[in-house]
Amino acid sequence: MTGLLLQQFVNMATIGAIYALIALGYTMVYGVLRLINFVHSELFMLGAYFCYGLLAFGFGGIGSVGALAVTVAFFAVFALVGFTGVAIERIAYKPLRQATRLAPMLSALGLSLFFQSAVQVLAGPQPIRFPSIFPGTRIMVAGAVITTTQLGIVVLAVALMLLLAAFVARTRLGVLVRAVSESPRTSALLGINVDRAISLIFFIGPGLGGLGGILYASYYGIMYPTMGTIVGLKAFTAAILGGIGSIPGAMLGGFLLGFVEVAGTALLPVLSGGILGTDYRDIFAFIVLVTVLIFRPTGLLGEQISEETMVYKRDY
Amino acid sequence: MASVSVARSGFRAGRVLARALLVGAVLAVLLLMPQAGLYYVRLADDVLIYVLLALGLNLVIGYAGLLDLGFVAFYAVGAYSYALLASPQFGIHLPFLVILPIGAALAACFGILLGIPVLPLRGDYLAIVTLGFGEIIRILLNNMDAVTGGPQGVMMIDVPRLAGYPLISPRGFYWLLLGICIIVGTLVLRLERSILGKAWAAIREDQDAARGIGINTVRVKLAAFAISASIGGLAGVIFASFQRYVSPESFTFNESILIVLIIVIGGVGNILGVITGAIALIVLPELLRGVAEYRMMAFGFVLAALIVLRPEGLVPRSFGPARLARWLFAP
Repeated sequence: MTGLLLQQFVNMATIGAIYALIALGYTMVYGVLRLINFVHSELFMLGAYFCYGLLAFGFGGIGSVGALAVTVAFFAVFALVGFTGVAIERIAYKPLRQATRLAPMLSALGLSLFFQSAVQVLAGPQPIRFPSIFPGTRIMVAGAVITTTQLGIVVLAVALMLLLAAFVARTRLGVLVRAVSESPRTSALLGINVDRAISLIFFIGPGLGGLGGILYASYYGIMYPTMGTIVGLKAFTAAILGGIGSIPGAMLGGFLLGFVEVAGTALLPVLSGGILGTDYRDIFAFIVLVTVLIFRPTGLLGEQISEETMVYKRDY
Repeated sequence: MASVSVARSGFRAGRVLARALLVGAVLAVLLLMPQAGLYYVRLADDVLIYVLLALGLNLVIGYAGLLDLGFVAFYAVGAYSYALLASPQFGIHLPFLVILPIGAALAACFGILLGIPVLPLRGDYLAIVTLGFGEIIRILLNNMDAVTGGPQGVMMIDVPRLAGYPLISPRGFYWLLLGICIIVGTLVLRLERSILGKAWAAIREDQDAARGIGINTVRVKLAAFAISASIGGLAGVIFASFQRYVSPESFTFNESILIVLIIVIGGVGNILGVITGAIALIVLPELLRGVAEYRMMAFGFVLAALIVLRPEGLVPRSFGPARLARWLFAP
């Protein structure tokens, strides 16, 4: 029993850490631009493909490469996906800042289709095996089987989140980001270069999302061009659950969503007497989403968003 | 003096002729479409289905200003109503004309059910809840194998009959769809001008002010949701009877997005825009067949470019049907 619980707990933490990492990108962008960055799920997917490409062609093989190669690939993917994010912002969002709020959301969707089909053309639509970037050993603890991949994912994701938290709280650039997400208008009046802060956000958020893609592909051992869609929606749910716009909220929301999903999937067949199977796994995220939005639209840690900031532009 | 007026009347006659030619050309295309090759008729059927869907969604997005990203759920409800009530799945074989109102009503019920809890939400929150709702419906369709046939869907759906004649060719469906589009389009146009339509406009422009002048915002928004859902249901019933096969594959998030894109790229809140958008977005991928495998890539790129270059849509909101009529018939 303890073994089973521990096992499920580790599963929750692993998937939750990945959701949290991706949710950060959604929440940071939304905090500043009030924009649901639909391209983020594709950047997550690109992260896995970039990493695969780098390791396979740069280091002559994936799976059996050393720790050094993996580290280099990690930094490179962060930068590559980050710059893709910045480019997307420049091309597809910046010209639309004065337009209705619907416009950038839809240009994002157009780009999302573009990236998905581009990867489909270049790498093929079929799923590709993605060997874990962590050494594959199993550890037996109290009857639970924990893989080093799981441990690695949790440790790495938590470390990245702590780094981000420290960056936002301590550094000068972090202050910039916080000021602009508080109020872009006031920041501009105070002489802050809002565009630079937005570029920074579009570098960090997608970068973390891309790393999330590597971790996700390592966990499930597979990557495919449409892998971002459902994971992206779930990570976005996590961001809302924690309170959209709030960085600690996204982290909390990610882990909570992982918890609900794993617990729900494990308990559902038992509770319903076998009528509802584990294939309902994907539905939990959306039930959580709908419930949270109806009963507590600001999420768990989100601040009360005033009507003025919410509708400073006309809704659609 | 005289020469000026002669010149002007000549100019006027030229303009009248040009407009008559334009109207004639549009009518000719509409009427002669079924004489074209089967491929083109199918394409026209596709365009008309999306015109119908976009007319429905436009009520919510364009008129009432509420972003609904889960519209495809109502489409699915309509399609599955026909699929389950006219197929060997349960051995029920109701006639097409009976299911048409049932599907629409059922979709409207779903619209109201969804609307009651979510309508107090605003803007993005509403968008996300409707998105979640659309996904929940699709996952349920995918997993309730006993009722919906699961991922395999429902096959061998009955051929619809109209006045005793089986409706099986794309040509027959063309006329059916054209008729329904004209009826729904007229209704929607009347609605826009009605007191309800004005209430929607008031809510769209400023919800608090609308409440201030005594509009029951929740009820008015519910009406928008229900009417738009019933149009979606209608389109679903026709889709199922045309395909004679339904599966959850047809009702993905991307489908919802395609309908939203049709509205936005065509021109939000404008019937002419909706029609333009449907034609553009359904015909465009066919034109891109030349670039075969790069087709969807190019399509995505063109979509993003269109939004960035013309965020207000191809047909501006101000150029509505009334303006078109004035322009056409003005002396």
